[in-house]
Amino acid sequence: MAIDQKMLEEIIIGQYPAKVKRNRRKHILIRDTSLAAQEIEANTRTIPGIITNRGCAFAGCKGVVLGPLRDMVHIVHGPVGCAFYSWLTRRNKAKSDDPGKNFLAYCVSTDMQEGDIVFGGEKKLNRMIDEVVEIFHPNAITISATCPVGLIGDDIQSVARMARERHGISITAYNCEGYKGVSQSAGHHIANNGLMEHVIGLGDMEEPPGKFTINILGEYNIGGDSWEVGRVLEELGYDVQAVMTGDGSFEELKNAHVSQLNLVQCHRSINYIADMLEKKYGTPWLKVNFIGIRATCETLRNMALYFGDESLIQRTEEVIARELARIEPLLEPYRKICEGKTAFCFVGGSRGHHYQGLYEELGIKTLLAGYEFAHRDDYEGRQVLPNIKPDADSKNIPELHVVPDDRRYRLKLPAEKMEELKSKIPLSYYKGMIADMKDGSVIVDDLNHKETEELIRILKPDIFSSGIKDKYIPQKMGVPVKQLHNYDYSGPYAGFNGAVNFARDVSMNFVTPAWNYIVPPWKNKPLLEGTVQDS
Amino acid sequence: MRQLAIYGKGGIGKSTTTQNTVAALAELGKRVMVVGCDPKSDSNRLLLHGMNQRTVLDTLREEGEDVDLEDVMKVGFGETKCVESGGPEPGVGCAGRGIITSINLLESLGAYTDELDYVFYDVLGDVVCGGFAMPIREGKAKEIYIVASGEMMALYAANNICKGISKFAMNGEVRLGGIICNSRKVDNEYALLKAFAEELGSQLIHFVPRDNIVQRAEINKKTVIDYDPQASQADEYRTLAKNIDENKMFVIPKPMVQDRLEEILMEHGILD
Repeated sequence: MAIDQKMLEEIIIGQYPAKVKRNRRKHILIRDTSLAAQEIEANTRTIPGIITNRGCAFAGCKGVVLGPLRDMVHIVHGPVGCAFYSWLTRRNKAKSDDPGKNFLAYCVSTDMQEGDIVFGGEKKLNRMIDEVVEIFHPNAITISATCPVGLIGDDIQSVARMARERHGISITAYNCEGYKGVSQSAGHHIANNGLMEHVIGLGDMEEPPGKFTINILGEYNIGGDSWEVGRVLEELGYDVQAVMTGDGSFEELKNAHVSQLNLVQCHRSINYIADMLEKKYGTPWLKVNFIGIRATCETLRNMALYFGDESLIQRTEEVIARELARIEPLLEPYRKICEGKTAFCFVGGSRGHHYQGLYEELGIKTLLAGYEFAHRDDYEGRQVLPNIKPDADSKNIPELHVVPDDRRYRLKLPAEKMEELKSKIPLSYYKGMIADMKDGSVIVDDLNHKETEELIRILKPDIFSSGIKDKYIPQKMGVPVKQLHNYDYSGPYAGFNGAVNFARDVSMNFVTPAWNYIVPPWKNKPLLEGTVQDS
Repeated sequence: MRQLAIYGKGGIGKSTTTQNTVAALAELGKRVMVVGCDPKSDSNRLLLHGMNQRTVLDTLREEGEDVDLEDVMKVGFGETKCVESGGPEPGVGCAGRGIITSINLLESLGAYTDELDYVFYDVLGDVVCGGFAMPIREGKAKEIYIVASGEMMALYAANNICKGISKFAMNGEVRLGGIICNSRKVDNEYALLKAFAEELGSQLIHFVPRDNIVQRAEINKKTVIDYDPQASQADEYRTLAKNIDENKMFVIPKPMVQDRLEEILMEHGILD
């Protein structure tokens, strides 16, 4: 069943109180390709009382961006819960050649007690830094603030500065108190600023190590995604200098300035660094997508085109042909299971877009898509950036202004060449999710519990893809769920092999007999209720 | 046991008035405990003849959870029991949370015995956060007295404190017992304070005149009753103590809007 504006108004928006109605109406739209542009409201506060999936600034900073860096110890300054629940829960994997320099298995927290709140926690934090240096000898340390730290005003920046002088290693502090901003997006920005200001460029490399040196930004190695991507890139002859931040390291990150191109996978969480790297070192960024076979192929071709090297272009085609020949037969049986199915795709700040392509390749139509914490540019494209009005919440997050580096700024390509490429490939540009969506599909920003239930009732998707917070609602309604935040203990889903894994996991979801034991409400309850009035 | 909290603008004389009143109550044979709730920890200086007391929070910090009541409670003038909650050094941590921690600790140590007639909480000037409202939340102090003078800012602060009280009074038993005037010798002060208290729906429980003997007693680290029991100012504190002891008027205050407060000042605050 399709949905139209009238149904949307009546069944979903119409049930809200007036103020909520005004607010939510701007966050939901039905795709209409006949319109030149469709505007959606995003990155604004969730109305209190609405059950949202959103996380907090701490989750975005420590949990998403900083957490995956493996050779650093990430200290969480606060009571123990924040550290515990951000401890590898995203399934960001890492392996290290030096087994003594992978600290992801550790959960490090100052475990503030009542006394630390009353008297301030700076001394305890100082002590912890000294202990961490003594015990682990990490390459660097990060300190992430949790809510109470901001309330009592511990000056973690000066603690970090003094510890840096004391120990002679990079020790950086992030004021990512959970209450800042409207979602985890605020934390991404804070982490981006910190890494840009204190880490990137710290290394003394001046020249790229290879002919095709790149950074991969916004790839967090969930379930091993970046290893699968890296497998292909290495074979093609790319030197991956730094990954931000899945299986990334301080050692690689500090020399990220030498790369000739930055790939941006998750635009939302890392576009700040991408933008700043371009301003400071002249490195262009390319919007890539390694989710889905077509997207992966297109990305590889775009990268080859950027470097413009004939043998690279040819090698790319060879590898693509080989990989496709290898995986197509593997996908065939799954396609038979998936063909004609429908999906909801509500994830994060990029995946809600990326996974639609992979679904389509399996014959699954995306009926609804949306982001938890994205901004308008992730929906509508970066051309709307100048039109986004800053509000009190976004102004709360400091904006870092960088200038070209006197020594290290280099134009990677001549200006004319850049312009020519820009017309062919998404260089320093992201078109957003809406452009790729089909007529009649629904786009919802910050989808909530109520809307999830209602929209599942109306559109009856065959699979719901989201995260742990809303996983069990659709399941109880008899709808299979595929988590696209942590992949339900599976993965990788990126690249060529990832597509096969994803097809397998989604197919398993469709054919499991478990669903026969659950009767969804629309099987035995009326969808609409009404009474007949005497005339 | 009656539990009283004394609030008022910073520097208005809360600690001085509290200790002098407590001394007068002790003279009457009442058993009183004073809990200082100000990080400056100077609430018991006159009763203890000097600032020679370890605060609850300092003890907690130095000795850990293993604290005995004797470590933090000292006996002062007239067998009064004196406790200072203390707090972090200025500019760090959370003093408000410190007050909560320290009152909870006093409770668990059994400081609140049945034989006490009165517990006085001497609280920091402005109720800047939830911690400083602790004595009037959770059913601890049920009577509030606000120390004020005829000065504009003192009345403004007193009115603000009433806003806090009326909020907590809605969900609990806390009530305003009255306004204590600690005179600054401004024009027409008695009439002004009386009108102010009545506008709040409360009373001016006593007008304590200004007398330099208070200063002399303070320099000698004593209350007036301790320093010069015959002085007329000692009798003023005895009257205040007696009025509090016999007080029957406990109300939910009706705080004023700014315009009304200024009207009262215009009406009473100027001698023609």
